[in-house]
Amino acid sequence: MNNRCVIRFTGSGGQGVILTSVIMAEAAVLNGNKTVQSQSYGPEVRGGLCQAYTIISNEEIWFSKPEKADVLLALTQASLNKYYRDTVQTSVIIADSGLSVPGDCPASKLFRLPILETAEKVVGRLMTANVIAAAAINTLLDLFPDEIMRKAVKMHIPAGTEDLDMKAYEEGRRLAEKAKS
Amino acid sequence: MKKNVLMQGNEACVEGALKAGMRFFAGYPITPSTEIAETCAVRLPRERGVFIQMEDEIASIAAVIGASVAGKKAMTATSGPGFSLMQENIGYAALAEIPCVIVNVQRCGPSTGMPTSPSQGDYMQSRWGTHGDHPVIAVSPSTVSEVYTEAVRCFNLSEKYRTPIIFLMDEIVGHMREGVEIPDAETLEIINRPYSDVKGISKTCYHVDEGEWVPRMLPFGEGQRYNITGLLHDESGFPTNDHAAAKKLMERLMSKISSNYEDIVRVEELLMNDAEISVICYGGTARAVKEAIFEARKYGVKAGMFRPITVWPFPEKELYPHLSRLKHIIVAEHNNGQMLLEVQRAAERSVTVSFIGKIDGTLIRPEEILQKINEVQHDKNQ
Amino acid sequence: MIKTSDLVFRTMRIDHLPHIWCPGCGNGILMRDVAAAIDNLKLRQEKVVIVSGIGCSSRAAGYLDFNTIHTTHGRAIPFATGIKLASPELEVIVITGDGDCTAIGGNHLIHAARRNIEITVIVFNNNIYGMTGGQYSPTTPAGEWGTTAPYGNIDRQFDIPQLAADAGASYTARGTAYHTQQTIKAIQDGIAHPGFSLIDCYSPCPTYYGRKNKKGSAVDMMKYQRDHGVPAEQYAKLSDEEKTDKFIVGKLSQNEYPGYTQLYQQLIERSQERSQKKVYL
Repeated sequence: MNNRCVIRFTGSGGQGVILTSVIMAEAAVLNGNKTVQSQSYGPEVRGGLCQAYTIISNEEIWFSKPEKADVLLALTQASLNKYYRDTVQTSVIIADSGLSVPGDCPASKLFRLPILETAEKVVGRLMTANVIAAAAINTLLDLFPDEIMRKAVKMHIPAGTEDLDMKAYEEGRRLAEKAKS
Repeated sequence: MKKNVLMQGNEACVEGALKAGMRFFAGYPITPSTEIAETCAVRLPRERGVFIQMEDEIASIAAVIGASVAGKKAMTATSGPGFSLMQENIGYAALAEIPCVIVNVQRCGPSTGMPTSPSQGDYMQSRWGTHGDHPVIAVSPSTVSEVYTEAVRCFNLSEKYRTPIIFLMDEIVGHMREGVEIPDAETLEIINRPYSDVKGISKTCYHVDEGEWVPRMLPFGEGQRYNITGLLHDESGFPTNDHAAAKKLMERLMSKISSNYEDIVRVEELLMNDAEISVICYGGTARAVKEAIFEARKYGVKAGMFRPITVWPFPEKELYPHLSRLKHIIVAEHNNGQMLLEVQRAAERSVTVSFIGKIDGTLIRPEEILQKINEVQHDKNQ
Repeated sequence: MIKTSDLVFRTMRIDHLPHIWCPGCGNGILMRDVAAAIDNLKLRQEKVVIVSGIGCSSRAAGYLDFNTIHTTHGRAIPFATGIKLASPELEVIVITGDGDCTAIGGNHLIHAARRNIEITVIVFNNNIYGMTGGQYSPTTPAGEWGTTAPYGNIDRQFDIPQLAADAGASYTARGTAYHTQQTIKAIQDGIAHPGFSLIDCYSPCPTYYGRKNKKGSAVDMMKYQRDHGVPAEQYAKLSDEEKTDKFIVGKLSQNEYPGYTQLYQQLIERSQERSQKKVYL
């Protein structure tokens, strides 16, 4: 892992991208890394665009409002359109399949993963998209050991959905492995 | 063993308060403090404590004072507009000497302002918000871990000095999640207000013994019958028009804070030992300042950070030893220059003081502070 | 030398008397009614809390020998709410006035009533702001006069018990300074009632309300209460025409809706069973 990694999670309200960012931050704490997580609040999050970020580092993180993201997760076209400019040449974009990346996007690496479709059709619950995304990001970036990620996921899902969410986790990992190869 | 857990600033405030013994919360939802009420609603009933959502912030602080009179450690949390509404009763708690903690997660103002944008615009209000001269202690944390430990300290100070404490958070720290080192229970000092064992009617409930700073009345219902009032009172607790009694009361109220300055004041000094340029800041602003200081040091600039954790009373005695060495002070805060006035007063024109602030809801960035440091470094060299 | 009864010795702070109220004011009589009601119920002094706000009525707290707290203007009810929730075993009684309770404190009144928290609110209702010298209040009738209504008051008045009952108070009653026995009974029943109780007590203010509105002497104002206040059972027998200038003295409404601290206790028990959010400590 690089010394400092900023992951921005974007989508529309209700997709659970904030929870994805919290899960990544929780995994960072469990792994002994430093982390800061925050999100957009206010009118912006009422059903419209939703944005959260997690900074992960081996060193203390002081200033907590990153301008540029090393990784951008986008689950909707609107969120991708709004945040793609906040990337740099070395950034990784993880977009839901079907989204088109604007031509002037600075990021050079792009993964298109069918996150929403997998949640709905394979796992059977659209609301598991956030766990699929977390697993995919972790696998693509090779951030944390699997058992730590699973533990972090389990700390943040409602009681009774463990089987479903672990299935979602496996699917997310599988999507990422496939995309990497 | 210390536990490291991921927590939001607002959650850490509740967990620290619970650790300190808080068992009563009354509040009204307001961004960006709402998570404090929500977390209290979940956590307090499980600790057999009370959570109540009141009809407004005035009622919230009133209920908190009432609960404290009945012996509970009590807290409320709000932001700008609600903090303004609470001011009259904060003064009541200060005069009647009712311990309580008021959390203000500051947001961009004035008026309804920008509810989700960070600010430190209530610094002066936390000192002078209520009418009349009154004692104040205000504390401002800059990390989520510090929110936890300083919440405990706020309750301790409140109990020890029987006075309302303003926990002056900001949106930056309140809405941020970080790993928090939860201190071992046995390493945390928990202070409870002093009590006497007088029973029956108490005609001297506001009497203070030699060498002590606060009265020792029992909570309501425990067998001591006395009167509490927001009117100036003598040591019987009843209103007085006697100016000598009024003077005695007011002087004790002011001096219980000023005479215990060392116990109350806490600061963080970063690379201040040889610093020639000091950035003075508090709360969430310190996070950008720290980055700028480390960066400046890489270029050989002797920069340091002086951060009041106790922001009221202003820690001027901690600043004095640095003044003869400092060539320049930069005050950084998310307002139009409020602590700046305190720093200028403390520096008494012996050091040039400049200012960097924001009042548009955006954050002061490390590079802006670094640029300011470079500017004053350049001036210094000329 | 004023001869004081045993009741006064038992329930009041003799060394703080005489009180500050004007000659002819009803507040002294009503304060004694409150003391008599507490005494009749044989409540332990250390378990009774008297909470007052600001105004003429609020001075009663200082004279009564219980746990007493004189709070800020309009806020007696939320202070009392905090005390009651923190220590449900305490008997919390609010003494307030028409301005304190229904103008500046009106929002707190309706919300405490809505919660049905087990406190007793006794309004010393003198239809005027007395402490500040005769300004119109929310219970000054339309068409009457105050120093701030020099051309006649155009505001309509609140019917305080009706307001409280509609907001959810489970016991309401009306008393007067004249109807001592009925008022003591109403206060007593209100304190004993396990929910939010409100007793609206007419208190003649000959100094300001009476003088401004040509109501005559203090005695005339007491006579008015005598001639116009009737017990509920008599009131029911009156014709509509007879009712127009009469009002009920005694209980007005009562129901058995559960009290707030009782419901809160149940909430605590529910929270023990349910594993909600993650718990850090």
